[in-house]
Amino acid sequence: MKYKENYNWEYLTILYERMNKMNVRLEYASGTLIAKISGEIDHHTTNHLREVLDRELIEKSIKNLILDFNEVSFMDSSGIGVIVGRYKKIDALGGKMMIIRTSEQVDKILELSGIKKILSCKKEAV
Amino acid sequence: MNNYMKLEIPAKSTNEAFVRATVGAFISQIDPTIEELSDIKTAVSEGVTNAIIHGYETMGGVINIICRIEESIIEIVIIDFGVGISNIEKAREPLYTSKPDEERSGMGFTVMETFMDTLIIESKAGEGTRLTMRKKIERK
Repeated sequence: MKYKENYNWEYLTILYERMNKMNVRLEYASGTLIAKISGEIDHHTTNHLREVLDRELIEKSIKNLILDFNEVSFMDSSGIGVIVGRYKKIDALGGKMMIIRTSEQVDKILELSGIKKILSCKKEAV
Repeated sequence: MNNYMKLEIPAKSTNEAFVRATVGAFISQIDPTIEELSDIKTAVSEGVTNAIIHGYETMGGVINIICRIEESIIEIVIIDFGVGISNIEKAREPLYTSKPDEERSGMGFTVMETFMDTLIIESKAGEGTRLTMRKKIERK
């Protein structure tokens, strides 16, 4: 029983430290924006993600977008709204969008949303 | 093992991560798999987000979360005292959203239904909404 209590406490401490943290690192490669996202994507953090991506799409005249999910530890359906919104913008300008390096948890949400039918989602890097 | 906990939080988006982390920590005592834990945390996140966005229309309020463990069954109840859902059948439809201008995916209830074994929605216009979700944790 002692072990379980300690385990829960450590688990909570780690989660509290990571809570509400989402970061985006941006890299560019000939008209393609690679957004390396880390942390948790939910209703609270999506505003920031949406702002960062839209600013880049407009200011840097980006054609294609790659979302690198390697360090995304959680995403709920709020993330789907942001992905679909950015896809519409990219698609309207004739660009391509791709999601790479997703976890099992993220993949499950992407699968359920049907988003894989319209854009490429890979568990691996490209 | 039987156990329970109650949480009361203001309907702020900063609390979405807090609630799913806390529920995750609480249910870890019956040793769910990583997938079961992820499923439950995702469903909780959807339920709390719904209460904040739809129940209280981001104007704030109080949300209660009750989590019960009865043997291998986990029950999570999320209660808000907001506007309520006027048409539950419509709200349950995949991709339906009452806020199409806000980039909402309309998948909240679909995620909860898919990731949990059962979802009961009880709601009264002007009084609020109570979501009851259950999931059986497979014994190894």
